[in-house]
Amino acid sequence: MAKRIGKRTIAFQQPPAILASAAIVGEKEGQGPLGQFFDVVSEDSHFGQKSWELAESEMQKRTISLAVEKAGLQLSDLDCILAGDLLNQCIGSSLASVDAHLPYLGLYGACSTMAQGMAMGAALIDGGAARKLAAAASSHFCSAERQYRFPLAYGGQRPPTAQWTATAAGAAVLAKGGSKVRVTHAIFGEMVDMGVKDANNMGSAMAPSACDTLEHLFEDTGTQPTDYDRILTGDLAAVGADLLVTLLRKDGIDITPVYSDCGSLLYGSEQDTHAGGSGCGCSAAVICGHILQEMEQGKLHKVIFAGTGALMSPTSLQQGQSIAGVCHAVVLERMA
Amino acid sequence: MNLTKNEYERLYQKKSPDSPLWRDMLWAGVIGGAICTVGQLVSNFYKGRGMDIEGASAATAITMVFLGALLTGLHLYDKLAKHAGAGTIVPITGFANAIVSPAMEFKSEGLVLGMAAKLFVIAGPVLVYGISASVIYGLLLFWIGG
Repeated sequence: MAKRIGKRTIAFQQPPAILASAAIVGEKEGQGPLGQFFDVVSEDSHFGQKSWELAESEMQKRTISLAVEKAGLQLSDLDCILAGDLLNQCIGSSLASVDAHLPYLGLYGACSTMAQGMAMGAALIDGGAARKLAAAASSHFCSAERQYRFPLAYGGQRPPTAQWTATAAGAAVLAKGGSKVRVTHAIFGEMVDMGVKDANNMGSAMAPSACDTLEHLFEDTGTQPTDYDRILTGDLAAVGADLLVTLLRKDGIDITPVYSDCGSLLYGSEQDTHAGGSGCGCSAAVICGHILQEMEQGKLHKVIFAGTGALMSPTSLQQGQSIAGVCHAVVLERMA
Repeated sequence: MNLTKNEYERLYQKKSPDSPLWRDMLWAGVIGGAICTVGQLVSNFYKGRGMDIEGASAATAITMVFLGALLTGLHLYDKLAKHAGAGTIVPITGFANAIVSPAMEFKSEGLVLGMAAKLFVIAGPVLVYGISASVIYGLLLFWIGG
């Protein structure tokens, strides 16, 4: 059974294992510095579908299938799927798993969805409510643009603080045991609203929530940044990551020796993504493609994955509401 | 974290890089100017073929709208606009882009509720306030007796 420690953190008594993970990305993401780590780089951004929404669903569906296959399982072996995306009513994930004939829980945590799914999945498994499950998240540049911003062919300009929604999906299969990489702790964060209203500056909107969740995690577990090989946020990008470091430093915590941000890792500086990547699929693909692979190979032993989401909608922004950030985190550890 | 919203606002604005205004304005001037030069050449061409100034102006507007729509359809206008900004929004080609791009984007939701309904999602405000302003101007002119 999971046990609560400190104010917010959940410690898993029998840390659930990550049996396998998979990541499928678009062409631009494949050309980035992490391109070699992804299972599939699709040259067809339509994924053989007639709409961008269906393309995203197809990408997520293939990613879940691939992760299940890599775990040596079949889809029917799972007890449930936890998945989320950025589309209205979470339709990208619903359509991805409608033919899976499995219990399904749609999640919305904006870019924090992958961390939310892993944390909830681990809690379900450690609590005995599920034996094996898949957690997944996806985003597609073209489906996000048309929902949140402008048509693709519209001639607009982005400010330097804007982030680029990744065309990417990641999925992880969690189970009671069976592999060395485990989820040892999880923490669900509170929404922190510091009054940012600029949808082109989501890093600034999310950084305070990442600061809040990480500080609680360090305090609850009695650890400090250097106890971890890597601390990854997803996806604060350049502006938000810089702010997070500054905010934590004000409180006497220095994460710089071990800190990276998924949004900053996914693209190269020459790829013209302004502040960096974003979207549920960005951190999902970086964690499920790159980081979990490194843990599997023993290159990383103890990692914090803190997913950060900007909670807003085009309607809320037009009505003048500010953007709250939320950050959920999991501690991943490679057991000896 | 012990910052008030105001303190945080000052902090993130300091950390957020500004748009390169001078470079943006230069590109807007150069590309916007180039579009206008093309317009002038087109206009001269029509006038040279014997059109009067009113006819040539209308034909030029039609030609430029066509070119804007064509470049939008070829996904070239957005690439140009990335550098040009206001230089591609202000000329009439930008208006064509604002109409054609939603038409392309939303046809996946059908020709009626998708393409047709969303056609003016960007250009709509320009039409509403443009036409309203012209009506007010017309009424003023009527009353004052211009």
